[in-house]
Amino acid sequence: MQEHDMSWVRTEMALAQAAPSSERGLGAWVRKNLIASTGDTILTIIGIVLVAMILPQIVNWAFINAQWTGPDRTVCATVAQGGIQPDGWTGACWAFVNAKFGQFMFGRYPLEERWRPILVAILFVALLVPLLIPRVPRKGLNAILLFFALPVVAFVLLLGGMFGLPYVETPLWGGLLVTLSLSFVGIAVSLPVGIVLALGRRSNMPIVKLLCVIFIETVRGIPLITVLFFASVMLPLFLPAGVSFDKFLRALIGVSLFAAAYMAEVVRGGLQAIPKGQYEGADSLGLSYWQKMGLVVMPQALKLVIPGIVNTFIGMFKDTSLVIVISMFDLLGIVKQNFSDASWATPQTARSGLVFAAFIFWLFCFGMSRYSMYTERRLDTGHKR
Amino acid sequence: MKHIAIGVLGAAAFGFAASAASASTLDDVKAKGFIQCGTNTGLAGFAAPDDKGEWKGIDVDFCRAVAAAVFGDGTKVKFTPLSAKERFTALQSGEVDILSRNTTWTINRDTALGLNFVGVTYYDGQGFMINAKKLPGVNSALQLSGAAVCVQSGTTTELNLADYFKANKMEYNPVVFEKLDEVNAAYDAGRCDVYTTDQSGLYGIRLTLSAPADHVVLPEIISKEPLGPAVRQGDDQWYHIVKWTYFALLQAEELGITQANVDEMKNSDNPEIKRVLGQEADTKIGTDLGVSNDWVVNIVKAVGNYGEMFERNVGSGSPLKIARGINALWTKGGLQYAPPIR
Repeated sequence: MQEHDMSWVRTEMALAQAAPSSERGLGAWVRKNLIASTGDTILTIIGIVLVAMILPQIVNWAFINAQWTGPDRTVCATVAQGGIQPDGWTGACWAFVNAKFGQFMFGRYPLEERWRPILVAILFVALLVPLLIPRVPRKGLNAILLFFALPVVAFVLLLGGMFGLPYVETPLWGGLLVTLSLSFVGIAVSLPVGIVLALGRRSNMPIVKLLCVIFIETVRGIPLITVLFFASVMLPLFLPAGVSFDKFLRALIGVSLFAAAYMAEVVRGGLQAIPKGQYEGADSLGLSYWQKMGLVVMPQALKLVIPGIVNTFIGMFKDTSLVIVISMFDLLGIVKQNFSDASWATPQTARSGLVFAAFIFWLFCFGMSRYSMYTERRLDTGHKR
Repeated sequence: MKHIAIGVLGAAAFGFAASAASASTLDDVKAKGFIQCGTNTGLAGFAAPDDKGEWKGIDVDFCRAVAAAVFGDGTKVKFTPLSAKERFTALQSGEVDILSRNTTWTINRDTALGLNFVGVTYYDGQGFMINAKKLPGVNSALQLSGAAVCVQSGTTTELNLADYFKANKMEYNPVVFEKLDEVNAAYDAGRCDVYTTDQSGLYGIRLTLSAPADHVVLPEIISKEPLGPAVRQGDDQWYHIVKWTYFALLQAEELGITQANVDEMKNSDNPEIKRVLGQEADTKIGTDLGVSNDWVVNIVKAVGNYGEMFERNVGSGSPLKIARGINALWTKGGLQYAPPIR
């Protein structure tokens, strides 16, 4: 009699079966997300009704009825308003944005010199994009070029007055050029200065600590708008007659210092989240202070506070609009200034201009936000939740 | 022009800290090669950017006229846009050489702030605009009793409005807003029957209404807002140059000298025209002023005469279509009057 060994070991995985049809496809998604309960169903219906009420009007205004090109206000005004559109017409006046586009980008930068900011923008993108893509090698060289070489090149190109380039004074700058250059310098300065301030505030050296605390608390305690206003209204009275301190430089310094103070507190939050064991571990390996911070603490701390850092960047990008109080015209400022051009004054002008400005701001802020989420995911090793 | 609040007081308090510039303004201006002109940050008809970003308006043209008088070239001027709060400090501290920023001439500004107003390039005043559909038959501000009036808060406009209605024993409902944009929107939406602000502003606002033809600017002017350029006190030569540039613009209009005919006019037999254009033998009118003798020719070539400047920027040649009114020459029933150039 032969005994059969009935034990059996499965050597390969059973093929996964498809999910039941009730859990698949559009139907399941709708059931799960839109009509899972009575409450959900009611909310869904209200939502659909709201979208159906608002969306067609927005699409109508922004695209279908919109005027894309034209010489002056007549294309964006109804007959009663002195234009050519039928009465009752409402639509975006993109013709206004179109006609003023150069100004919105460069301010009053001379027309024949505008290749200079364009060249700087191309260089900026060419250096920034490889730095943002993790696969591209030579990050160190790339960063040095972006943060040290580019500012020098941009300074020479934008300001001119050397190498045969005509001098273009900063009061002529404006629009997106001002917004981006203020933000870039602010971001590039605030992160390193903020890290140093955060370390200083947690330092054991009393004077260093005191100075950092005083700086951070003073700057955080005053509104940016006050500093800008003070710099433009009071400073000239204290300087000798004829000596004027470039307004753009004032704004650059103000914005950078502010961002640095906020950044310092964000970084300090990250430092405090690192367990003491990490510091002690680094000490026990015999690492110096800077090695400990640079190799052990900072990489962990900065990773933790990416959302806070990007938050500060986005906040600063939008804060640059405050330079309008010192009569510098960033993107929003130059858009608003052009509302005063009587040859474009229509009921639609202001709306269209503001929507355009909002769209450009949103593009940049959304880009920053998405990239920070991507970075967070990429660096999120060992903390997956 | 109307925020007489803290900014001005602050500037007044510190006005004395700014000592007069050491060298004469004319020498400074000649040395640097251009005139620095303080203007509005954006006001239709006075200082507003066109499609190319060039400044257009009466106030900026006036600065171009001064540049033409000094350099013979109306383009040798740089503009500094100034907010209402910055404007006096900028002039006192020497940041700008002329303040040509629709600024109302008052005694306080002439004395306490240390400015010298050179004249009135635009006689403005507070006016009323009404929705003629809602208030049919109204053709005078005295018929506005009981009306709802849109006005910006914290301005002299609001105070003038109260005074005017009280003096005429009329009732009104003020509809007050903090920002000009809000006032515009409320008026356009029909939340009030009457809009009051400076008359020059009313024409610009009317262009942004959804049915401009329904709205009428009433003839009454209830306040005096003489707008003009100002210079620093203590430099009579510069003051005279700017002042006589203004008079030359008026004189040119009075004599019929225009941008188009100025070269022919140089050969005119009219002794007055010859004198003004510096064509008299041994004339010293220009050099005594500190400029060249053909300064009026240069001014008119650069910006035209006062009438041309007015029509081009705010009058019939512009979308604003403001009538000359009291800004007409004295010979045509207006207030613009220039002392003789001789």
